[in-house]
Amino acid sequence: MLIPNTEADAAYVIRNAAADRKPLAICGNNTRGFSRANQPAEPISSRGLTGIVDYDPAEMVMTVRSGTPVSEVETALAANRQMMAFEPMDHRGILATKGEPTIGGVFAANVSGPRRFTAGAARDSLLGLRFVNGRGEIIRAGGRVMKNVTGLDLTKLLAGSRGTLGFITEVTFRVLPVPPAVETVVISSLDDEMAAKAMAAAVALPVEISGAAHLPASVRSRFINGRLPDGEATVLRLEGLGPSIEVRAQKLAAVMEAFGPVATLGMERSLTLWREIRNVVPYADGTEKPLWRVSVAPSAGYHLVSALRLEAGIDAFYDWQGGLVWMRMEADPEAELVRRYIRALGGGHATLIRASEAAHAEIPTFEPLPDAIAALSARVKEKLDPAGIFCSGKMGG
Amino acid sequence: MPQPIQFLPPKQDVLSRRATIIDDLRGLLPADCVIHEARELVPFETDAFISYRRMPLAVVLPRTTSQVAAVMKYCHRYGIPVVPRGAGTSLSGGAIPQEDAVVLGLSRMSRIIEIDYANRTATVQAGVTNLSISEAVAVDGFFYAPDPSSQLACTIGGNIGMNSGGAHCLKYGVTTNNLLGVKLVLVDGQVIELGGKHLDAAGYDLLGLVCGSEGQLGIVTEATVRLIAKPEGARPVLFGFSTSEEAGACVADIIAAGIIPVAIEFMDKPAIEICEAFAKAGYPLDVGALLIVEVEGSEAEMDATLENIVEIARRHQVMTVRECQSATEAALIWKGRKSAFGATGRIADYICMDGTVPLGKLSYVLKKTSEIIDRFGLRVANVFHAGDGNMHPLILFNANDPEEAMKAEEAGNEILKLCVDAGGCLTGEHGVGIEKRDLMRHQYTPAELSQQMAVRAAFDEGWILNPSKVFPLEGRG
Repeated sequence: MLIPNTEADAAYVIRNAAADRKPLAICGNNTRGFSRANQPAEPISSRGLTGIVDYDPAEMVMTVRSGTPVSEVETALAANRQMMAFEPMDHRGILATKGEPTIGGVFAANVSGPRRFTAGAARDSLLGLRFVNGRGEIIRAGGRVMKNVTGLDLTKLLAGSRGTLGFITEVTFRVLPVPPAVETVVISSLDDEMAAKAMAAAVALPVEISGAAHLPASVRSRFINGRLPDGEATVLRLEGLGPSIEVRAQKLAAVMEAFGPVATLGMERSLTLWREIRNVVPYADGTEKPLWRVSVAPSAGYHLVSALRLEAGIDAFYDWQGGLVWMRMEADPEAELVRRYIRALGGGHATLIRASEAAHAEIPTFEPLPDAIAALSARVKEKLDPAGIFCSGKMGG
Repeated sequence: MPQPIQFLPPKQDVLSRRATIIDDLRGLLPADCVIHEARELVPFETDAFISYRRMPLAVVLPRTTSQVAAVMKYCHRYGIPVVPRGAGTSLSGGAIPQEDAVVLGLSRMSRIIEIDYANRTATVQAGVTNLSISEAVAVDGFFYAPDPSSQLACTIGGNIGMNSGGAHCLKYGVTTNNLLGVKLVLVDGQVIELGGKHLDAAGYDLLGLVCGSEGQLGIVTEATVRLIAKPEGARPVLFGFSTSEEAGACVADIIAAGIIPVAIEFMDKPAIEICEAFAKAGYPLDVGALLIVEVEGSEAEMDATLENIVEIARRHQVMTVRECQSATEAALIWKGRKSAFGATGRIADYICMDGTVPLGKLSYVLKKTSEIIDRFGLRVANVFHAGDGNMHPLILFNANDPEEAMKAEEAGNEILKLCVDAGGCLTGEHGVGIEKRDLMRHQYTPAELSQQMAVRAAFDEGWILNPSKVFPLEGRG
């Protein structure tokens, strides 16, 4: 494994690899399972590039070298009562991987959690980055200000490109204050369809919901040590100043009572619950059972699951108001079926987060793209990596 | 003295085939969709960056995506430049045509296709105005967040081209953060859909790349945007300070305290006077600088947040704190701010800068800006989105005095370089256009510019789409 200790070293190594057409598999600490190379390739890790470069809490902006552990970033932020608003999930539970997730990996895979549907994804908080392209050139994109339309937004392009377009060496992102108070309103015993309706009604209210998930009976007991009320749990998060959260929780509960029995969890349990939802705790089960992460329109999520239930053994729960569906398949991944239903329901995409090696070898991890977009994506990749040496994962070839 | 901004030399072969091209376009589109009479072309000569104008070869105003695709396929085949245009409100010359170009105007594609409350999305054609989306959903308690000052006129297609912001994006983000999907006509006429009603589309974030690409990667004909539930209430409050520096420092302290209002707008004395004369919004005239801070939520929430802000403002010797007493008064406060550019235009010609700087550098950059302006013997009015460091110095000049006009441009360039050197960027929300094109080298290295142009080439190898914009004309390879 190549572990450059400076950006200049990384550029040198990559320039040489490009000259020799030697494939490289870019990674951080391999906790997210996206580094399966589609050809033999030498791993190159960002883990030698560590440390917080610049952090001014007053400006709510942080610049960090890409191999810095997420935990180090979170500790520094917490000391100033700040956070990454997009709540990046930790994949180690569901994938049974070891090691420290890196901040570069968070942005390279555009990893976001429950707050994503209101506060944006990792890519929305990312203000700028530095990367080494496939020619071994050091490129800066974006900057450290919130508004920036100076040239093409290569920052967005690199975010979520999973090491196929460039080796990210440094990221600059916006952070937000940690809300002083958190509350969760739980509506019990709704089926998936009613839950979708309740969540849609809730987010239409002027109470600023920052989390909306539905946890069917099959997963309910896996959260906060089984302390959620009995039956299905539809959970809505409120965050902000203490007194205002109380008032908003009352307003929300008053409307939600029309759907089902309502309870609140209090701050401590709320913090645990949403961390567990973020980390997909019910499926951190030590198995290799196929696990899909599906992104669809919020109103399509439960349709997808109920259609699949008729044809396959599945277990599922919903985040992002129903638009993010975590689906664990009992046996076969049923990729063809899953992807066909998603298309039929108005589009979206499914990522095979976990499966046996055999299944991974056969099934594309990422949603296959329509021909015109695939061709365009390949042209874009060619412009960043002309020698085609960044092959980790399966995106863009 | 700097030279006037250059355009690409017109392609002689395209100019010489003008009559044929117009005939062909009339074959592709209904007769009323093709404009070619000189007198009818005049309104398309320039946009809100009025210092420059070029007569286009023709203007097409298609009504459907397939008509747009037909035009693109034709222009691509014959190497005819295409300049996309929404409402022509660009402050950086993004929609200014060139003599050999077909202007592709989206103004007739102005239909709201679908409002979907269950998914909180609106799907609209590109020529829909920014404000009309919010107006269509207001009665049901929703709004579309990005709110550029020109929102009454500007189109969502243009907003996507420039990744437009506005006063309220401090809390809700700019266009790219509120855009879920687009229908995009590629340079060769192929139509693709990026994103949709779901979040984070599969594959590379091409949607993120297209947003803010100034019409250089394709023509957006439809967009799906995020709707947000309107807060219970919103209240703008005026804070008057003795100096711009105090006001700037107060902004930095508000943010540093972890308070994120919906908007923090800044006006200096000249801007206050200009806006007050125009809008009669009740702005205090005895202060050196003004902040409009808007908070939202329930009455109790607004009170609590305001209390904290007032306390911070007192530390900066705030002279006036004025809460508005009615919705009418609130609307008037915003009217004054949003008409700032128009009101300035009544008293002088101006160019509007759009550099963005880190918050901690606001006071420093304001001070340096006034030094630069003094040195050139010009006048400036500052009115901008302070909460996110997006500055808008309006440099006043007389367009009938060519020497003064060039001085204004030169001063503007110095101010933008100052923003970059302070750790910021050339443009926060107006786009590079032609105006800041030649300053791109001040912000990016040759390798960085080459990389951006290479990615551009993945979409438009032959520089057909809005070719005189964004990237310096020399060194395009």
